[in-house]
Amino acid sequence: MTEAAMTLGNVSMVFDADGGSVHALEGVSLDIRDGELLSLIGPSGCGKSTLLRLLGDLLVATSGSVTVRGKSAEQARLDRDYGMVFQAATLLEWRRVAANVELPLEIMGVEPAERKRRAAEMLDLVGLGQFAEHYPWQLSGGMQQRVSIARALVFHPSILLMDEPFGALDEMTRERMQMELLGIQEKTGTTIVFVTHSIPEAAFLSDRVAVMSRRPGRITEVIDIDLAQPRVFDTREDPDFFAAVTQVRESLRSIEEAT
Amino acid sequence: MVESVRTAPGRLRRMPARVRTIVSFTLILMVLAVLWESYKWLGQTTGGVWPGTDIGLPVRTNNRAMPHLWDIVAALFRPARRGGDEVLLITLLRAGLFTLRSAFTGFVFGSAFGFFLAIWFTRSSLAERGLMPYVVASQTVPLIAIAPMVVIWGGQAGLPTWLSVAVISSYLSFFPVAINALRGLRSPPATATELMKSYAATPNEVLTKLQMPAALPFLFPALKIAATASVIGAIIGELPAGLSVGLGRALLSFASSFSSAPEKLFGAVFVAALLGLSFVGLVALAERRLIPATRRVSHDPEIAALAAGGTG
Ligand SMILES: Nc1ncnc2c1ncn2[C@@H]1O[C@H](COP(=O)(O)OP(=O)(O)OP(=O)(O)O)[C@@H](O)[C@H]1O
Ligand SMILES: [Mg+2]
Repeated sequence: MTEAAMTLGNVSMVFDADGGSVHALEGVSLDIRDGELLSLIGPSGCGKSTLLRLLGDLLVATSGSVTVRGKSAEQARLDRDYGMVFQAATLLEWRRVAANVELPLEIMGVEPAERKRRAAEMLDLVGLGQFAEHYPWQLSGGMQQRVSIARALVFHPSILLMDEPFGALDEMTRERMQMELLGIQEKTGTTIVFVTHSIPEAAFLSDRVAVMSRRPGRITEVIDIDLAQPRVFDTREDPDFFAAVTQVRESLRSIEEAT
Repeated sequence: MVESVRTAPGRLRRMPARVRTIVSFTLILMVLAVLWESYKWLGQTTGGVWPGTDIGLPVRTNNRAMPHLWDIVAALFRPARRGGDEVLLITLLRAGLFTLRSAFTGFVFGSAFGFFLAIWFTRSSLAERGLMPYVVASQTVPLIAIAPMVVIWGGQAGLPTWLSVAVISSYLSFFPVAINALRGLRSPPATATELMKSYAATPNEVLTKLQMPAALPFLFPALKIAATASVIGAIIGELPAGLSVGLGRALLSFASSFSSAPEKLFGAVFVAALLGLSFVGLVALAERRLIPATRRVSHDPEIAALAAGGTG
């Protein structure tokens, strides 16, 4: 839990928008530890999604460096180190559920039999084994998001980047999915960077919470969440949990007051 | 009352889709025939004016302007030329088949070219910005002006005339395919493209696994437009080609003899329509086989506007 999986070194990001520029991130430095779940939380538009895309080499920083165990982010992407999950499940509607999960393996040149086996295994892991031959539109939003998580994990990436993955789900589904995610992480040891708007979600899931300021986004504080592992359903009623929620909330409020 | 209103469409709805299409098509054909004949009857009984007024009807109703439908049908089964023994319908179908060869070739090459352009435009914004104005401008130039040039150049290059006609036909069919394929190839959300990037997919893998399947529902309505446009293009292309065969030739000669034998022109129009319909029907069949019903685009306003704008 101590070795850095990813390192952000003084990263800044300026977008060229038509008629001007948007300064999205300013001097962000952060170590993400191997096997941890780190949440990014901050006001809307502060650059959380931008930071996640920089980590995954979907964007290139204006200045600063992103390294993944000594490699560049680009090399890590080419090595298929990243699994990605967005707020919208983004399943391909013309493919059945199993074929959606197989897609990354197909691109990576895995044999059909092996693809099938691993997709089935992943679908079992997210509890959708019987839905392999369904089409995405036959599934609820929560089930679709579980498929997209299975798809992100099927090639065993060492890092999972998630951008508000449970943001569109109802509260009950969301809590169940949080438990499932922690269960999966326990089994796979994947390092997870998790963008969220929800303070309780960040407190419940995270080993650490990075709090970001308004644009241009900086990391104002990294909060250690000292909650017993493994997190269980009753953790949400633990006084330590409320303390963690309060700590994150106060950190966010101090940003509001500073601006 | 409510019951009787409900039963007719209710019964129609219980039929299989294909039968339903045929039944409603035939019903509408009958309504049109009745309208044609009653208008003609009205004009003949009132002497060409609206009943009770002296306002003239917009179209004359005598047998030379509006032949009886049964006269048109009868003409289809009489020899096309005095003394000849081939029936008009056969002559027209033979001409139609000749035209269909050019139209189909034009359709295939035009659609392929349109699709290729669309792929190129998604890969190079320079190509898109530079060429798009020409693509759009190409459709505002009247085909009547282009056709003779293509025929002459094709002749000099040694192309058989039907192939020059196919080139003219493809000039119309590539456009709807290029525009809609471009839209379709760009239809996946940004996150889908980002996912492909995170798998380190090559541009060709993005094309075949994401963009092309996403573009299919956009492509088929365009192919239907292209199918009709290619028939129009082939007919227009035949006019300056000096061919002695083909539907364009037939339409031209029947139009010049319209005042003496109007049924022949109407018959030719009927065959041209039949040709276009069966062509579009083939495309629709392919669509049904390739795309599940949940993904079919049936009422795309942009495509409808394009179709209404006409391509001839
Ligand atoms: N491709 C882009 N071009 C121009 N500006 C961009 C681009 N992407 C993001 N931005 C801008 O950068 C800023 C940060 O955006 P980002 O999406 O990272 O915020 P966020 O923290 O994820 O917001 P939210 O919580 O609403 O999802 C915003 O002001 C946004 O408008
Ligand atoms: Mg965001």
